[in-house]
Amino acid sequence: MRRQGNQLILPGLTVVDFSTTWTATRPGELVLSSSPPGREVSTFKSRQKSMVFTRAIGLTLLLLLGMLSPSNAAEADLRAIIAKFATASNFSATEAVVRELVATGDTAVERPLGALAEGDLYVRKADSLVFIGKAAGGSVALLDPLSGEKSGDAAKSEITKIKVNNTLRRAIRDALGTLTLGAKDPAARIAAADTMFKTPDATNIEPLDAAIASEGVASVKALLEQARAASVLVSDRPEADKLAAVALIGGRGDRNALSLLTAVEANSEGAVKDAATAAIANINSTLALWDAGQNIWYGISLGSVLLLAAIGLAITFGVMGVINMAHGEMVMLGAYTTFVVQEVIRNSFPGLFDWSLVIALPLAFSVAALVGLVIERGVIRFLYGRPLETLLATCGVSLILQQAVRTIFGPTNQEVGNPSWMSGSFGIGQLAVTWNRLWILVFALGVFAVLLYVMKRTPWGLQMRAVTANRRMAASMGIRTPWVDALTFALGSGIAGIAGVALSQIDNVSPNLGRGYIIDSFMVVVFGGVGNLWGTLVGAFSLGIVNKFLEPYAGAVLGKIVVLVLIILFIQKRPRGLFALKGRSVEA
Amino acid sequence: MRGSFSTITKMLSAGAVTAGLMMSFPARAADDTIKVGILHSLSGTMAISETTLKDAMLMLIDEQNAKGGLLGKKLEGVVVDPASNWPLFAEKARELISKDKVAAVFGCWTSVSRKSVLPVFSELDNILFYPVQYEGEESERNVFYTGAAPNQQAIPAVDYLMSEDGGSVKRWVLEGTDYVYPRTTNKILEAYLKAKGVAAEDIMVNYTPFGFSDWQTEVSAIKKFGSAGKKTAVVSTVNGDANVPFYKELGNQGIKAEDIPVMAFSVGEEELAGLDTAPLVGHLAAWNYFQSIDTPANAKFIADWHKFIKNDKRTTNDPMEAHYVGFNMWVKAVEKAGTTDPDKVIDAVIGVSVPNLTGGYSTMMPNHHITKPVLIGEIQADGQFETVSQTPGLVMGDEWSDYLADSKDLISDWRAPLSCGNFNVATGKCGGKGTN
Repeated sequence: MRRQGNQLILPGLTVVDFSTTWTATRPGELVLSSSPPGREVSTFKSRQKSMVFTRAIGLTLLLLLGMLSPSNAAEADLRAIIAKFATASNFSATEAVVRELVATGDTAVERPLGALAEGDLYVRKADSLVFIGKAAGGSVALLDPLSGEKSGDAAKSEITKIKVNNTLRRAIRDALGTLTLGAKDPAARIAAADTMFKTPDATNIEPLDAAIASEGVASVKALLEQARAASVLVSDRPEADKLAAVALIGGRGDRNALSLLTAVEANSEGAVKDAATAAIANINSTLALWDAGQNIWYGISLGSVLLLAAIGLAITFGVMGVINMAHGEMVMLGAYTTFVVQEVIRNSFPGLFDWSLVIALPLAFSVAALVGLVIERGVIRFLYGRPLETLLATCGVSLILQQAVRTIFGPTNQEVGNPSWMSGSFGIGQLAVTWNRLWILVFALGVFAVLLYVMKRTPWGLQMRAVTANRRMAASMGIRTPWVDALTFALGSGIAGIAGVALSQIDNVSPNLGRGYIIDSFMVVVFGGVGNLWGTLVGAFSLGIVNKFLEPYAGAVLGKIVVLVLIILFIQKRPRGLFALKGRSVEA
Repeated sequence: MRGSFSTITKMLSAGAVTAGLMMSFPARAADDTIKVGILHSLSGTMAISETTLKDAMLMLIDEQNAKGGLLGKKLEGVVVDPASNWPLFAEKARELISKDKVAAVFGCWTSVSRKSVLPVFSELDNILFYPVQYEGEESERNVFYTGAAPNQQAIPAVDYLMSEDGGSVKRWVLEGTDYVYPRTTNKILEAYLKAKGVAAEDIMVNYTPFGFSDWQTEVSAIKKFGSAGKKTAVVSTVNGDANVPFYKELGNQGIKAEDIPVMAFSVGEEELAGLDTAPLVGHLAAWNYFQSIDTPANAKFIADWHKFIKNDKRTTNDPMEAHYVGFNMWVKAVEKAGTTDPDKVIDAVIGVSVPNLTGGYSTMMPNHHITKPVLIGEIQADGQFETVSQTPGLVMGDEWSDYLADSKDLISDWRAPLSCGNFNVATGKCGGKGTN
């Protein structure tokens, strides 16, 4: 109790603590609340005069309170420690305060520490009081660091943020790990077990033993046991315990276990070292298998991106034979449409943000298809059968589109956010699958299926194929070939537009977006076989997988070169690609 | 084909002559203006970064004119577009100097564009102010380097990561885009780390192509490299467009800054503008200026910029500050010399000191590099950086790295009587050779 009293009358803190009033809300429970800031400043001098008196009263009061209810005394204690944040001048001083807070073992420190880690803890310049700040418009709403209740507003200039860096955030995370071990939410307990696994400490064993004993969820219990094993390995427990711990961690088999065991192997001797070496070898051989699986997944994922980028081109170049250098710009237009849709949603209907991509899809298709239609009617239809001129003209169109977008939206990247269902990743064994890649794969296959249906099962698809196969015959049969051409080109462009919606999720939305995909798209279509949708599908996935298997060994730069060389050799052997169209249609 | 081609060439050259004649008249008539060349790409891949610098230069020229111009004359910015095309940089530089008769040129971003204009500037004897951090290993009489040399960015950044505050990093991934700046910087860093006792197996160097967008393999390789039981950090010289997908992949694969921080040398406020930075809080960047710097000069600069560009969401960045410092140095040197004659200005600008935006003064040194503070910032959720470390004083740009065998004996001093950009102190001769 005396210590608390002393802390309370430290210079600067006296004023702080006595500007607050004690109020009884419930019998036996007292809540501390701050008075409005204005009053504090104005009464500062008068308060100083009566300070000695108040100190005495305060001390007695605190002594009394301490006797009445220990929890409130602890709260005052916490407040005194929290107030030290105001005087901590550098990161190590702040870290010392964090450690002191954690040493109290009180779970109430979770709120202020969490806020500190988020960079939301502020000091009010006028009175050096510490608050949690939530930015709301131009000002910051101040919340009490312990109770979280609102206690006024402040302009940004009136408060100073308590700075945090990575080391400090890690210290806070580790400290919170031990504190949240008994949390009600299993996710919090899992997080705690995870942190404690990564930062093993001999002192963790006892709290973990207690937590394991009271844990009801089996999966959490397993994690807690692994965390305990990790701590056992750095303690001075007997060898038998350590060997059991190595076995337990070895069974976990992931990279964190590997990281931990590598450290154990380096720092121990005898049987433990041998067991660790064996466990490492075991994990490494399992991970090698997973690595191969990971490469395949990455390859499929890259393939799905290539497929999306190329599938529109498979129509315009593959089916119609137009070398469309502006294809990448259609992708870019789709991405920019997504950006505009998100801007509108952000400003007017923030609740719809998770739907932004769904809303953007038809719009991106329409915008790109419309631009495609204009290009076909305005430029390409005069150049059918003249590939060199088409190439030059569409190249010019692509530059015009790029510069137009640059003029309208500016040259810098635009932010396209990921909806919540496309963020983060999940694990299958040791394989981390990111949601956005998975959805893009699903989406790419969906687009492919729809396109295949349109081409093979609808009258329009039939006309399209008829015109491509033999234009004069089709015209003689009454098909309006110019319109089929225009609509086919619009379809190809529209598909590129919706590819842009998906690609905006993984790439940056800038006027140069399309440039990066045009070469790859042509590569896929030529490799897969011009005029064959299935060829594009197989081509995209095989190029993706080959690329991803080469990359870890050859590096990204050399990997790409090797793939290009392979394609050149392949085209020498089979000039029409993987799935060559047979019959008379080819020469048409 | 040949016939039509030569006709086109004729027509083009005729057009050029007419254009040249038309241009020369107003130039002579407007003799009361001083022309300043602005050589930044406004189209093509580099437009994303360079357009902002063009606007910043126009703003600085406007402000100088509002203050009464220079030597009693108005300044006039001459903007050309080299279109991210390296040979075109040399052509446009020649056009600015010979045709427009500019007094000095502010421009270039990539090292390759700078290398391509160097012969033009020494041949026609004009001045280039180059505002971007670069790999060093160069000091030219006609070029003033207002961006950071490796010792003003890379070395202090690595020092920070090695320090206790930075997390005492023991294992290093050097990730870069495959071109001259990352390759030279990584060479210097590798030598530096080894000199500091880092074992070769604790350094992983990896390069990716320009505009690389599929980072899955690279990010999981970083994850794998980081699980060897030692504190790991990534030093990234990944350039421009490739950064957004890189950071998105880092965020999605759950690599947190607390576990494996990424220290970037080419990621500024502008690159972050295209990103949701919430998953990236704590990743680092080393620069000599951040928009978040709290000084009156910076507050005024940001306010002026927003007013000029008519958009208060546009960010400021380090190369903009470099142009701010460089332009003011040039103005002061012209005032000191009393003329815009490049030879006189080149001599006058050495030793010129102007306020920078971080609350201190930057001085042009005899090696044509300037003194700068080095700041380490952590990315915040609002897309800004928060300074977590700052060098106690100013750091002088070191053009020839002390950590590379080829250049450690070289110094540069453009004052008479030495007047040499690559003086070898071991042999006592001018004309040493650097790594590039």
